Amino acid sequence: MGLEVNMSVLVYVEQADGKFKKSVFEAVSYAKAIADNQNTNLTAISIGNVAESELKELGKYGASKVLNVAADQLKNFVNQAYASVVAEAAQKENANIVVLSNSFSGKGLAPRIAVKLKAGLVDGAVELPNFDGGFSVKKTAFSGKAFAITSLTSANKVIALNPNAFGVKENAADATIESFSPAIKPTDLTAIVKEIVRATNKISLPDAELVVSAGRGLKGPENWGMVEELAELLGAATACSKPVSDADWRPHSEHVGQTGIAISPNLYIAIGISGAIQHLAGVSSSKVIVVINKDPEAPFFKVADYGIVGDAFEVVPKIIAALKAHKG
Amino acid sequence: MKILVCISNVPDTTTKITFTNDNTQFNTAGVQFIVNPYDEIALSRAIELCEGGKGTVTVINVGESATEPTIRKALAIGADDAVRIDAAPRDAYFTAFQIAEYAKANDFDMILCGRESIDYNGSQVAAMIGEFLDIPSISIIKKLDYDGSTATIEREIEGGKEVVAVSGKFVASCAEGTAEAKIPNMRGIMSARTKPLTVVPASQIEELGKVSKFETPAPRGAVKLIPAESAEELISLLHTEAKVI
Repeated sequence: MGLEVNMSVLVYVEQADGKFKKSVFEAVSYAKAIADNQNTNLTAISIGNVAESELKELGKYGASKVLNVAADQLKNFVNQAYASVVAEAAQKENANIVVLSNSFSGKGLAPRIAVKLKAGLVDGAVELPNFDGGFSVKKTAFSGKAFAITSLTSANKVIALNPNAFGVKENAADATIESFSPAIKPTDLTAIVKEIVRATNKISLPDAELVVSAGRGLKGPENWGMVEELAELLGAATACSKPVSDADWRPHSEHVGQTGIAISPNLYIAIGISGAIQHLAGVSSSKVIVVINKDPEAPFFKVADYGIVGDAFEVVPKIIAALKAHKG
Repeated sequence: MKILVCISNVPDTTTKITFTNDNTQFNTAGVQFIVNPYDEIALSRAIELCEGGKGTVTVINVGESATEPTIRKALAIGADDAVRIDAAPRDAYFTAFQIAEYAKANDFDMILCGRESIDYNGSQVAAMIGEFLDIPSISIIKKLDYDGSTATIEREIEGGKEVVAVSGKFVASCAEGTAEAKIPNMRGIMSARTKPLTVVPASQIEELGKVSKFETPAPRGAVKLIPAESAEELISLLHTEAKVI
């Protein structure tokens, strides 16, 4: 038996414009559950300009310590540099498990951290690890058509958690904030962020809890008004099927499905989408699916929770009116 | 200019996914394999950047000999030559290491991958290659311009985009928008048969983990149909029964 070393868990908390999103609090809650299982503490690491009051929020979800890296050179996300910082923090904190959100930036960051730490990586995790006789994590595979249980055998481990897969859990710890000044290698900063364009008034699709999506059944881009109205009333993001983005009716960033993005919102409303296997792959892990289609034989009805067989141009306005009445 | 494009051999997008051997192995019976659709986008952009004699495109695949038809397809689309690292692609760590080793020995200006493979959905290989080579990696890009020394890249972020400039060697993983996937023409298909395909032995690297089992999603209950005339009922069902709004 070797000497017992007190290992800890580290969570990287991604900020956007100095704020943390819900998916970050999910990652902190998830990492806290792992730390509890391992009988250890959870440390968070934040990089960029984040106010102390916002950093304190992380305590609510279980971080007992927050390492704050406020170096001006690191204010923009450069995965090469951020990976060095997170790996250095993991070593300093004796953390053998690193958790982060499987966001667009997280997907570029986690693999670099994993290589630095010689850590097995599970990305797209959807459940807490199973510690029975090892360490395995369930993740999405085959674009949502299946799950893969991945066993990690390395001493260090990195887990990138899918948004909306694990709830936010409040866990009233008081976080101490510690300033952290990592070594910064100039060669890590050769990629330069020139511009960040972010629509602040729209809900981003991968983070959305509710999604309203439409397909070719809408006949043309000029008919998206009712889709956007329904989405806005619900506080939902808008999405579309592949033929729609291929025809440039909607941007590629809205395309959900096997070659677009995979999402798992609480509610997915599909309007005029027949439900090709490639589309279903990307949305089948949605918690509740509503399908509106005039074709009763549309394959989408087979995986729907609620279905309305009818003309979208008659059905959707009725739903919008009902929603307005419901909201009062 | 020399561009290396990493291609993965994946089941066709219409494949019904099933497993064998007590759900430990993907059932390949009757499955058509294709060039990973995102890798086709990366390859198409590489070919565009090299048009007019501006450079050459090499495709690289980590796989056993059964993947050669997929590699020939990439040559038919327009790659100049191909390399196959002769090993089953154990996982992203293994695959990225093989590609990085090859890239170390052969000078490339840029390495392009697809944003993820549609089988394991890892999104890992590009950034791991970047780390193994200690060069920048930009993940999930939707635009790539190159002026001969500096690349201007747009990458996807939640609710928007980020513009990144990189000088020197880099790796990028391409998503939709980077290019329209090219379809091979007859001349491409004919010439693909004779383009060079080099087979290289794999290098050794430790195993950090592996897939121990697969699961398929639990089937959903029967759909509850709401008559179109009373479509408004959906809202109260979503509120009181499904409790999602």
